[in-house]
Amino acid sequence: MRKVAIAGVGMTKFGRSDKSGVELFAGAAMEAITSSNIKTREVQALFLGNVLGDFEEGQLNIAPLCANELGLPVDVPATRVEGACASAGVAIREAFIWVASGYYDIVLAGGVERATAMDTPLATRTFAMSSESRYEVFTGVTFPGVFGMVARLYADKYGLSLQTLKEQMAMVAVKNHKHGAKNPLAQFQKEISLETVLKSPMVADPLQLFDCCPFTDGAAAIVVASADIIGKLTDKPVYILGVGQGSNGSLGRQKDITRIKAREAAAGQAYKMAGLRPSDIDLVELHDCFTIAEIVASEGMGFFEFGTGGKAVEKGETAIGGRLPINPSGGLKAKGHPIGATGAAQAYEIVKQLRGECGERQVDGARIGMSDTLGGDLATVVDIIYGV
Amino acid sequence: MDYPLTHRQFYEGLKAGELLGLKCQSCGTYTVPPKITCAECGHTELEIARLNGMGKIRTFTVIRVAPEGFNAPYIVALAELDEGPWLMGNVEGLDVDDNVDGLIGRKVRVDHKVIPPLNYSAGEGVAVTFQLV
Repeated sequence: MRKVAIAGVGMTKFGRSDKSGVELFAGAAMEAITSSNIKTREVQALFLGNVLGDFEEGQLNIAPLCANELGLPVDVPATRVEGACASAGVAIREAFIWVASGYYDIVLAGGVERATAMDTPLATRTFAMSSESRYEVFTGVTFPGVFGMVARLYADKYGLSLQTLKEQMAMVAVKNHKHGAKNPLAQFQKEISLETVLKSPMVADPLQLFDCCPFTDGAAAIVVASADIIGKLTDKPVYILGVGQGSNGSLGRQKDITRIKAREAAAGQAYKMAGLRPSDIDLVELHDCFTIAEIVASEGMGFFEFGTGGKAVEKGETAIGGRLPINPSGGLKAKGHPIGATGAAQAYEIVKQLRGECGERQVDGARIGMSDTLGGDLATVVDIIYGV
Repeated sequence: MDYPLTHRQFYEGLKAGELLGLKCQSCGTYTVPPKITCAECGHTELEIARLNGMGKIRTFTVIRVAPEGFNAPYIVALAELDEGPWLMGNVEGLDVDDNVDGLIGRKVRVDHKVIPPLNYSAGEGVAVTFQLV
């Protein structure tokens, strides 16, 4: 396998947008391409995460349209990748493999979503289409409901009072909003209080509105290139040191959903490829679609003992300035979660952090970062380790 | 390869008052709901088995914001069956605005309800339900 690097990154402002999916992605992609000092005709393949374009815009097969919009040559394969909310993570891992194998030298990867084009009932229905349609969808389970069940089981398994866990979860939201307030591309650039979280409307017991990430429009893109040529593209390369991806069945098949086995597998593959351990990681962008999701992810990736992730948040260990900053971008919670783009937005943040370009939210001295994207009912997880 | 028990047969069983699953002839594990390989060891020699239909609630949520086609509030739970598998279903016969904190660990009997076709579903559906006992 060849060594693989990221040459350039691009990202739109996250939030509500009146741009089309194609326009959103093309904007982010052109920023990534331009900052890589290449012309669009030098891109050899495109892997594009997009989950619900069919329902948002009536748009299937968006990848070749994006390729054409950008002016990529007609012999460039453009492939839509769907792994629910992990789609762009899957796309980046695909790009990595094609470059590492030697088949391509320069690949564009990223994702786009226009979730706010749907009203809440349709968005809730379509997000829940990642649940098992034979055996689970007809219960009316929702994505917040899945993590509501994770939270209830977590409190029961580790003997925490639900109140204690809910306060720790609220602290995740407060921390990520504090980080997001320093991110000019974030959907919510406003700090919130514990009280705001704990007094917000109930969505899926015990998750309240401020335990949940928002619906978001946005896109992000990265240019992945062989390390052999990276010197011609950028003088600030960020290397992809390890990648991993795991797969789970329906929620019922997973049984103890506080331990997401697809994540433990993905993180294990990434650490093994990179030759690194959790203690080597300087900052993390992980899948905080709900506050409890951040707690279980921080444990599943090996940063904290199982059952103690909430305590680490309480002690401030995961804030910028703490032992291991988690989601300095604001995470899905405050930065926003355009589901098809999230994995690429995580890569964007880590590249900017490792280059020391994050201003007020900069994690000092960061040299190794790790991302974690989760899709569906804990079904697809992609973990990636980046370093300079 | 023929399916040992399809999802349609599983639901026809529920409608007839039977909780059907598959017992692995290699490791003895029960796979419920059914699939083409054993949920534990991946073996394909599976025999249709009748389960006792009893279990206990392991976790749950009260859905307050429902998808299109559903009316909140309602309870979704994962129950562990006596034979080992976990099933997702709706807890019935409870006022969701009562204190639900004690639900985890409660014994339940598996039943079902028929759901009319949703937008984007392949026809009528069946949801597992849990009756508290």
